[in-house]
Amino acid sequence: MSRCIPVLEVHGIHKYFPGVHALKGVDFDLMPGEVHALVGENGAGKSTLIKVLSGVYAFDEGEYRILGDPAAIEKPADAIRKGIGVIYQELNSVRSLSVAENIFFGRLPQKHGCVQWKQLYAQTQQYLSAVGLTVKPQTKLQYLSIAQQQLVEIAKAISLQAKVIIMDEPTSALSPKEIEYLFAVIRSLKTQNVGVLYISHKLEEVFTVADRITVFRDGAVVGTAEATDLDQDTLIGMMVGRRMTDMFPPKDRAPGEIVLDVRHLSTEKVQDLCFTVRRGEIVGFSGLMGAGRTEMTRALFGIDERLSGDVLMDGQPVGKNSPSAARRAGVGLVTENRKEQGILPNLSVGRNTTIVTLDQVTRAHVILPGRERAEIQRIVEAISVKTPSVDQLITKLSGGNQQKVLLARWLIKQNLKLLIIDEPTRGIDVGAKAEIYHLMNELARQGLSILMVSSELPEILGMCDRVYVMRDGRISGEFDAAQASEKTLLARAIG
Amino acid sequence: MNMPQKHPKNKVLTHFQQSDTSVLLIALVLLCAITYILKPVFLSERNIMNTLRQVSLTAICGFGLTLIILVGEIDLSVGSQQAVAGVLSVVVLNATGSVLLAILAALAGGLVVGGLNGLIITKFKINSMIVTLGTMAIWRGASMVVTNAVSIQSNVAAFQNFATGYIGPVPNAVVIAVVLFAAVYFVLNHTTFGRYVYAIGGNPEAARFAGLPVERVKLAVYIIGSVLTMLAGVLLASRMASAQPTAGTGFEMIVIASVILGGVSLSGGVGSITGAVIGMLILGVLQNALTLMDVNSFWQDITRGVVIILAVAVDSMRKNSIAKNLIRAQRQQKEGI
Repeated sequence: MSRCIPVLEVHGIHKYFPGVHALKGVDFDLMPGEVHALVGENGAGKSTLIKVLSGVYAFDEGEYRILGDPAAIEKPADAIRKGIGVIYQELNSVRSLSVAENIFFGRLPQKHGCVQWKQLYAQTQQYLSAVGLTVKPQTKLQYLSIAQQQLVEIAKAISLQAKVIIMDEPTSALSPKEIEYLFAVIRSLKTQNVGVLYISHKLEEVFTVADRITVFRDGAVVGTAEATDLDQDTLIGMMVGRRMTDMFPPKDRAPGEIVLDVRHLSTEKVQDLCFTVRRGEIVGFSGLMGAGRTEMTRALFGIDERLSGDVLMDGQPVGKNSPSAARRAGVGLVTENRKEQGILPNLSVGRNTTIVTLDQVTRAHVILPGRERAEIQRIVEAISVKTPSVDQLITKLSGGNQQKVLLARWLIKQNLKLLIIDEPTRGIDVGAKAEIYHLMNELARQGLSILMVSSELPEILGMCDRVYVMRDGRISGEFDAAQASEKTLLARAIG
Repeated sequence: MNMPQKHPKNKVLTHFQQSDTSVLLIALVLLCAITYILKPVFLSERNIMNTLRQVSLTAICGFGLTLIILVGEIDLSVGSQQAVAGVLSVVVLNATGSVLLAILAALAGGLVVGGLNGLIITKFKINSMIVTLGTMAIWRGASMVVTNAVSIQSNVAAFQNFATGYIGPVPNAVVIAVVLFAAVYFVLNHTTFGRYVYAIGGNPEAARFAGLPVERVKLAVYIIGSVLTMLAGVLLASRMASAQPTAGTGFEMIVIASVILGGVSLSGGVGSITGAVIGMLILGVLQNALTLMDVNSFWQDITRGVVIILAVAVDSMRKNSIAKNLIRAQRQQKEGI
């Protein structure tokens, strides 16, 4: 097997996004009939690599070959033609169409412009039996389970003569039995000489199914090895690595009394959360993607419906299901998704800053322009937002500066006691990251309580006094940051 | 490591520039000049006041619709609401003999009609296009049912004065429109409410995450919109001295077109009340000019349609070029790092 030409290989691939160096010279190859697993923390660059391989992103430097020839893939359609099928975490099939129509989407067998249904169903049947799926080709996709829909996607990839099938977290929504079945299908793909690129957080699975394992960290490959030469501990060690710590300010804070007290908080997405945050304390929430951390912030801020439990600020209960109530109680929220849930793209830097605290610059609901301008100037200078003018549209600022504006939005709030920050440095370049860390530290020293959610373990350990780990919508562990390590946090997150 | 971030010295691009009204103003002046050259009677006091009176009706309703579109929603039922306003006011008028009560009845009707639209849209989270398409049919049908599809004459002479009267040389309707313009301008540009309207229209999701009262603001703009529409409806009924169940048919299209022509983006958050008014004036002057030139009303419809599409096309090209500049600026910034 190792003698033949890799079905897919990349050398020295670089990919840049504004302010982010997402892939830093990645080398990777996949043999026919091999299952090659890709592991790494959230944000390590796995998804970016998949998108490069499948033609969603163009890479900036490097070499991409398929069966030894330059790949020449510029768009997803090229990748499909070259035999690369991707089964995404969120399945992108059309749920209102039949299994057959999904498999032959965009290439239904036709004669004189009429669909040849008989032929379609017969061919579909053949591919369905290849993955051992017993549903009728006429069944609409919406009546299938997630596992079955996934198999339909695999059948589709086979029907496209895929030489490579990329699976991004394929088991995240499957039951153990369905997972076993999926693995059987993967093994049969191997016998048909299909190369499988398998991405997963679940390390046991990786050891079960993979022949080789490549570890990603910070946009680069840490190492590639035969699965039999590795064990779980070594793998976690490789994923975590050692990273620069000088980015983080010294922890010279002295947390005071309890400000936020959350008791048995549940929504549809999170269960029975109990935690506290003290005055001047930075508390972190760690966990894997989909563990319910963002949902925790939504529950806390009253965006998702609270099913049970209490949230207390300084001992006073906060009204439920109301962001305004949370705001009045002195809570602020900076969301993970800057573009969709943060900035107001049609407004200026200044107007983005004052939008939640207009009552501080108004008399009888009428805005006092002088006072508003003074307030904006003060905060923009205090946290050094780099903008040519506060009248500039916020969309023209870099990611780091937009993030500062979103922080400023809450920092000018007079009774702000607790700031929730979801992924404080996502999509921000290294220099701006350090600045935001120092700003957060300074705020905590001044008595502000900060609750931060982060997928980056060094960030959690470098910034926080205490850490909660979440898994499957619940808190699965609490650590004193001084005693925790990336390894212990990750182990608790993976379970 | 901490490289200072460079900022390219790009031109400051504010939201005022995005909703630039200068192009529209030039278009309006040109249109007036051409009309004057072809038909000098255009600038006679009588014709000016006539045109303004006509535009006022569109404008009074259009102010409310501008708020609704700015917040990212739409109201297709404004034409039908006008019929309701006429029927309500004339029925109350004929029963009580009081002009004031007639007007108040219509305004109260606006409260209910707008409240209903707003509540259905915010509570059941249904697309406003669909909701108001429904209420458009409901209110039209209701007006027909109440009147048996025939017009009701007003039997109080003073009622007609409401629309046809003058304050000095200026028709009442124009005075009302100017006062309301000033009020809406102030609210949009100088109050918390106005700021919220822009914020919600620009990014409703972000507004919600910032804890803004998204639903309350939407409900409020629908109520304001309907009260203003009803006021325009009463003026229309007053001018005709009767309630017509068919009044305002197709009116929603003219109002929406004027507002969009004025640079208010249908996707919400971008545009100004001043631009909207200029849009209304352009369509009003155009109609007047075509009438002065004896163009028949069917050709007027066709011309209006063409002008609207052209105007929006020009505007969209301008916006695309702004977007391209933005992308270029971002790329330069990236290369700078």
